[in-house]
Amino acid sequence: MKVTSDPLLSIKGLKTSFHTHDGTITAVDGVDFDVFAGETLGLVGESGCGKSVTALSVLRLLNPSMTTIQGRVDFNGKNLLDLDPEEMRMIRGSTISMIFQEPMTSLNPILTVGEQIAESLRLHEKLDNKKAWEKAIHMLEIVQIPSPEIRAGQYPHKLSGGMRQRVMIAMALSCNPCLIFADEPTTALDVTIQAQIIRLLEHLKKGSNTSIVLITHDLGVVAQMASRVVVMYAGRVVEEAPVVELFHDARHPYTRGLLKSIPVITQDKKTRLNEIPGIVPNLLYMPKGCSFHPRCSEAMDICKKESPPMIHLKKNRRVSCWLTSDDYGEN
Amino acid sequence: MLNFLLKRLLAIIPVLLGITLLLFFMLRMLPGDPAQVLAGQMASPADVEIIRVQMGLDKPVYIQYASFLNRLVHLDLGVSARTQNPVIEEIWAKLPNTVLLALCAITLACAFGIPAGVIAAVRPYSWVDYLVTIASLFGISMPVFWLGIMLMIVFSITLQWLPAGGIGTWKHLVLPSVTLAAFVVAFIARMTRSCMLEVLSQDYVTTARSKGLKEKAIIIKHALKNALIPIITVVGLQFGLLLGGAVLTETVFAWPGLGRLIVDSILARDYAMIQGSILIFGLLYTLVNLVVDLTYAFVDPRIRYE
Amino acid sequence: MNNIYINTKNNDIEPDEDVKSSSGRGWAKLKRNKAALMGGIFLLIYIGCALGAPILFRGDPSAPNLMDSLSPPCAKYFLGTDELGRSILGRILYGSRVSLMIAVGVVGVGLLFGVPIGLISGYYRGKTDFIIQRFTDMMLAFPGFLLALALVAILGVGLENTVISIGISMVPLYIRLVRGCVLTIREEVYVEAARAIGTKDRHIILRHILPNVLAPITVQTSLGMGTAILFAAGLGFLGIGVQPPTPEWGSMLGSARAYMMGKPHVATFPGIAIFLAVLSFNLLGDGLRDAFDPRSKI
Repeated sequence: MKVTSDPLLSIKGLKTSFHTHDGTITAVDGVDFDVFAGETLGLVGESGCGKSVTALSVLRLLNPSMTTIQGRVDFNGKNLLDLDPEEMRMIRGSTISMIFQEPMTSLNPILTVGEQIAESLRLHEKLDNKKAWEKAIHMLEIVQIPSPEIRAGQYPHKLSGGMRQRVMIAMALSCNPCLIFADEPTTALDVTIQAQIIRLLEHLKKGSNTSIVLITHDLGVVAQMASRVVVMYAGRVVEEAPVVELFHDARHPYTRGLLKSIPVITQDKKTRLNEIPGIVPNLLYMPKGCSFHPRCSEAMDICKKESPPMIHLKKNRRVSCWLTSDDYGEN
Repeated sequence: MLNFLLKRLLAIIPVLLGITLLLFFMLRMLPGDPAQVLAGQMASPADVEIIRVQMGLDKPVYIQYASFLNRLVHLDLGVSARTQNPVIEEIWAKLPNTVLLALCAITLACAFGIPAGVIAAVRPYSWVDYLVTIASLFGISMPVFWLGIMLMIVFSITLQWLPAGGIGTWKHLVLPSVTLAAFVVAFIARMTRSCMLEVLSQDYVTTARSKGLKEKAIIIKHALKNALIPIITVVGLQFGLLLGGAVLTETVFAWPGLGRLIVDSILARDYAMIQGSILIFGLLYTLVNLVVDLTYAFVDPRIRYE
Repeated sequence: MNNIYINTKNNDIEPDEDVKSSSGRGWAKLKRNKAALMGGIFLLIYIGCALGAPILFRGDPSAPNLMDSLSPPCAKYFLGTDELGRSILGRILYGSRVSLMIAVGVVGVGLLFGVPIGLISGYYRGKTDFIIQRFTDMMLAFPGFLLALALVAILGVGLENTVISIGISMVPLYIRLVRGCVLTIREEVYVEAARAIGTKDRHIILRHILPNVLAPITVQTSLGMGTAILFAAGLGFLGIGVQPPTPEWGSMLGSARAYMMGKPHVATFPGIAIFLAVLSFNLLGDGLRDAFDPRSKI
């Protein structure tokens, strides 16, 4: 895996707000991170922390009349947020693609799976009907679907959940993208199928220089696939670290909480699984100060008043917590 | 597919039995002697007696019903008290006119209603959306017969572009079809809008967007095709409203169809004719619902392969 | 789950349940809905006309005055007169009483039979349900207006028979609606809990199920009143509904047809009255649905 110094994708100060009847909700609030060519970045957090919205914002898949997106998303020397809709459309599915969480609902029920793969090939690779169909079958083969010629002609309801997720992956890979956002690609699946899909993704990853942003709440998946991790909480980045460091030396109390709540098979049955008390704050009624303080066991007075600054410890290592600023505040 | 077809066909049988039962008891709910009722008030006692024996009205109810069914199967709907012609012949003469009018109206309604609904759903809360929403609300609130009269006043009496009534050329067809379509077009537009809104918020539409498809392809190929499934149901149900509306429209435009036949029969207390035309309306509606079910299977692969 | 954010078009992101109750949200939404507000105002004017007809129009709306027949709108007759020289304004005002009476009567019949039968059908299921459903199937095999027409053919013309005919033709719709709701509600945990502790069926139906069916029933009632007015006017127009000289909008239009050539005003105004009355119920019904029963369509 070669990691070049120039990032493939660079997100700076991304802020996404939804306009609803009850007010404006800021789902993503000043997110920065880079994705380098060929790497797998884990984007981690509980549901509702804004990690999916980040991906949808980058691809500009949110309804523009209901949302405002601010900040910069630099990709191949262009700010994606400045592109006109037509230019953006040509990037989607060809150089950046996305795998969605729900294989059951993300495929169109009344089109054959072959057609759903072939249509992007016809559009982006300018293949004719026959060639596109052949390539679609080939893609199904790549994602290890048995008898792909038959499967291509079938409708999604004939396929199992794992099979459908393979189709989604085939669709995302079909035009050789540089970057794939995989939004909880295994969450909706059975545990055994999850493992298969992860193995498949790893296998596909080996042969290519495609970068993956793996969006998940499952740190197990992250440990297996990602090289670097960005942790999000309530629309903000709270910590970033190479995957090994994150597991050994997490700085943010939230990250530590997440790590503690991973079930361990060998764990003594009597010990309770740890959980982080409380729930993710309602985005309409954000707490003052650090948004994590109501759930943080180590919260101090300042946490309730001011939100902590982002502290860059070294390359690819940053954390946003007052505890850390005490130790490293002088640097 | 074959299973589905068979199931649908079998499901029609109880409905048909229901229709015949309802019609059978209709005459018996009337005060007085059904034979007299069927023969008409002007009939002589001898005629009434003939009807009584002919219809088996002197026999027990279940035998009466069996012979009623038997006559239905042989397309014997009795004789009109008003014209003394067999009911089936009168209906047969008028049926094509009503079917023609209904088909024209439903085609018009789909041709305008579906695109209007799609456009409204694609730009929700825009001026186009408001226009469609308001227009369709007006459409469903307007009495069909009044709209017919108003169109007639404008286009036939004042502008003299189109004939005010009767049948013959395509020009005769314009005002009745437009009148009849107005109500249904509104319903279809509303339904299309709400179905499209729902479909457009589905995950697979986001998937389609993430593939970089053109907006037009997303709306037509991915969204509308899915939305068509419930829309077809509504179009089928609207056909019922359309048949009801046909009664009024045909009266307004003196269109010689089943609708006018039924009204004239009610006014003349021609019960054999009423029974016959209501039966045909029921059959027509059932047939349309069957066609809708089959179209379903055609559009939705989940049904096709089950 | 996060994809839900894309759906902000029609699903608001819900704040915590305890911040605002769902019916509170409903009322707030209803107040914001300008169309429903307009419907409400129209409806109040309409009811005002119906109640205040004798004050707003002095004299007998049915008494002919052949001297003034077919007069166009003028100072004496604001909306002109019909073929018998009766004030169209007066007949429309008194007609609003008739149509409102019909609307209330029809929906009354529909509710009286439809709701209890629907509750029983959905709650007990089994054979009762089967029989009731076949019966509704049978009635729904006919388009609504034709069913009303057939019933009129049996019962005869007149105000009462109009109400009964249209009312009965609407019963199957209420049965369907209520039964459908009950089928989902009876599976809710609180209903199961009530059953588990031995609550009587009657109590469960009245206390736990009925209140949850009220929202769709209210919506259907508002829309149903609009339909009732349209149907009644249709029957009146065909000459088989409310009979003259009772001032009924549909029959006014029916007799106006003969004078379309030179006197379009005779046909215009009663139609506008029907249109506005139906529109008010439809606007209100739409608003109620958006506010309280957002999942349903049409």
